[in-house]
Amino acid sequence: MSETTTAEKAGPAASRRPAARLGSQPLGILFAAPYAVFLAAVFAYPLGLAVWISFHDYFFAAPGAQVDRPFVGFENYTAVLSDPEVRKSFLNVFEFLVINVPLTVVLSLVLAAALNTVVRARTFLRVSYYIPYVTASVALVAVWLFLFKEDGMVNQIMGSFGPNPSWLVNSTLAMPVIAVFVTWKQLGFFILLYLAALQNVQKELYEAASIDGAGWFRSFRNVTVPGVRPATTLVVILATITGANLFTEPYLLTNGGGPNGASTSPVFVMYQKGIEQGTPDVAAAIGVILVVIVLIIALISRRILEDD
Amino acid sequence: MAIAETPTTSTAAPEAAKPPSGKKATHWLSLLVLFLGALIFLFPFYYMIVGSLQAEPDTSLRGAFPTGGLTLDNYSQINERVDLLRSLANSGIITGGVILGTVVFGILAGYALARLHFRGRGTLFAVMLLVQIVPFQLLIIPIYVMIVRTYGLADSYLGMILPFAINSTAVFLFRQFFLQLPEELFSAARLDGAGELRILWSVALPLVKPAVLTAILLTFIGPWNEFLWPFLVTKESDLQPLAVTLANYISNVAGRAANPYGAILAGAVVLAAPAVALFVAFQKHFTASELGSGVKG
Repeated sequence: MSETTTAEKAGPAASRRPAARLGSQPLGILFAAPYAVFLAAVFAYPLGLAVWISFHDYFFAAPGAQVDRPFVGFENYTAVLSDPEVRKSFLNVFEFLVINVPLTVVLSLVLAAALNTVVRARTFLRVSYYIPYVTASVALVAVWLFLFKEDGMVNQIMGSFGPNPSWLVNSTLAMPVIAVFVTWKQLGFFILLYLAALQNVQKELYEAASIDGAGWFRSFRNVTVPGVRPATTLVVILATITGANLFTEPYLLTNGGGPNGASTSPVFVMYQKGIEQGTPDVAAAIGVILVVIVLIIALISRRILEDD
Repeated sequence: MAIAETPTTSTAAPEAAKPPSGKKATHWLSLLVLFLGALIFLFPFYYMIVGSLQAEPDTSLRGAFPTGGLTLDNYSQINERVDLLRSLANSGIITGGVILGTVVFGILAGYALARLHFRGRGTLFAVMLLVQIVPFQLLIIPIYVMIVRTYGLADSYLGMILPFAINSTAVFLFRQFFLQLPEELFSAARLDGAGELRILWSVALPLVKPAVLTAILLTFIGPWNEFLWPFLVTKESDLQPLAVTLANYISNVAGRAANPYGAILAGAVVLAAPAVALFVAFQKHFTASELGSGVKG
């Protein structure tokens, strides 16, 4: 981020003239203003409001009514952390990530590497892979419901090997099915990311490996994998963020986080507690905890990336 | 670095295809894996269409390859329960609003971030990156409080559009593409006495036209497919986008229809078709190299 330093350097040196204090091209402020206002309104302010709500006894009141919302310290946080429903939802997302992230990284890298060596049918394959990514979850969930229902095609093919109870109403299998669904849906985007990263891996490295007698697998492991490591970090971060966002799939695919809360997600619990049950303070605390976790994960991943 | 490449990855392929010289077996193996993968990716879409055309749901393997008896009944069935055209129009209005906001204000912001020196540029850039890490869903409660409770924008297009009005990934893309243009272009135009708005409009913008299309495609995905937010802020079915009406149909009304899955899948086809058609038609603008420079910092 070199512009940060140049902007700061320009600041104090030229601060005598009021116009220069705004930078050498103050028109930029005008150009960027709508976007800056937008970010302040739908990101910075809500972030602050989330923190504020989470430390107060907050409830929905009639518009315009003057109500007292006392400061309650960490009360909402202790309520959240001691709530078995919330804990379950965090464990569920953990299970989701354990399945989804490795599966996403391995499959998207292998498919991208294979796609990179192909000339013919390349466009067809690339488009096939990203079609689920651009399609609405709601539409895709409809087909998966049809495929994985009790007498759906998957169970018909598996016959007596089919799980009992069936996939989406089985408390052990509900979350894995969601994890596989999301992997399938998002994979095309990650394949594109890896495909872009693969263009930066030097061709000479492959040639050198092949002269050394390395087979396909060895050159994949020794050249491709280290060569796309920054992209892998990005894939891990983005896949984790997707996991933290999970809502539509538990809501529709497993009929509201079922069976018995086996596939709830934090955002789903936020919706239940904040909107349905009218305790936005508790829901805001869940949101703040999630933001902190996501930021920590992003920071750790960046640290790993910069260590290279 | 992505500018060095040709925009379409397929033209860059011949060089990339060098490694398997003499290794025919591996080449065929990867082709096999790729086509098997494509089959898994495409089959649910095929099955969605087949299921939407069956009079009676046939979930056997043979049922996936029907030889006759296909009907459009399911489409009229779902259209009786939910107003498909109205929902599609709502999806279009919301998506159009987001694209308009992103194109107008996003291009201005992207240009300023790439080409103009002003105070606060570094901060704005940092916040723009941060926004892409902290998902919108996590701030759903305060945004709901603001938009629904404070501003009373429930059941309005504006309320549905507002949280997405300027797509930050698109702003990032715009910045990257303006950054890649040579500086001489801008200094020459400034020497000629052209104002910044004029330079942006008649010098910079024509050069990044394909990139603008990529950004529009990327922006389209979000609001067209978004479920949670419009679901939260709308109670009136007249205003709901198709993703919400279909989801409501799946969770509430499905039990009452004669062939619920047929009707659901018919709705799914209507929801999926515009997005799929758009991305097949403009696939050239949605490639690794077009996006690569955008997603990387």
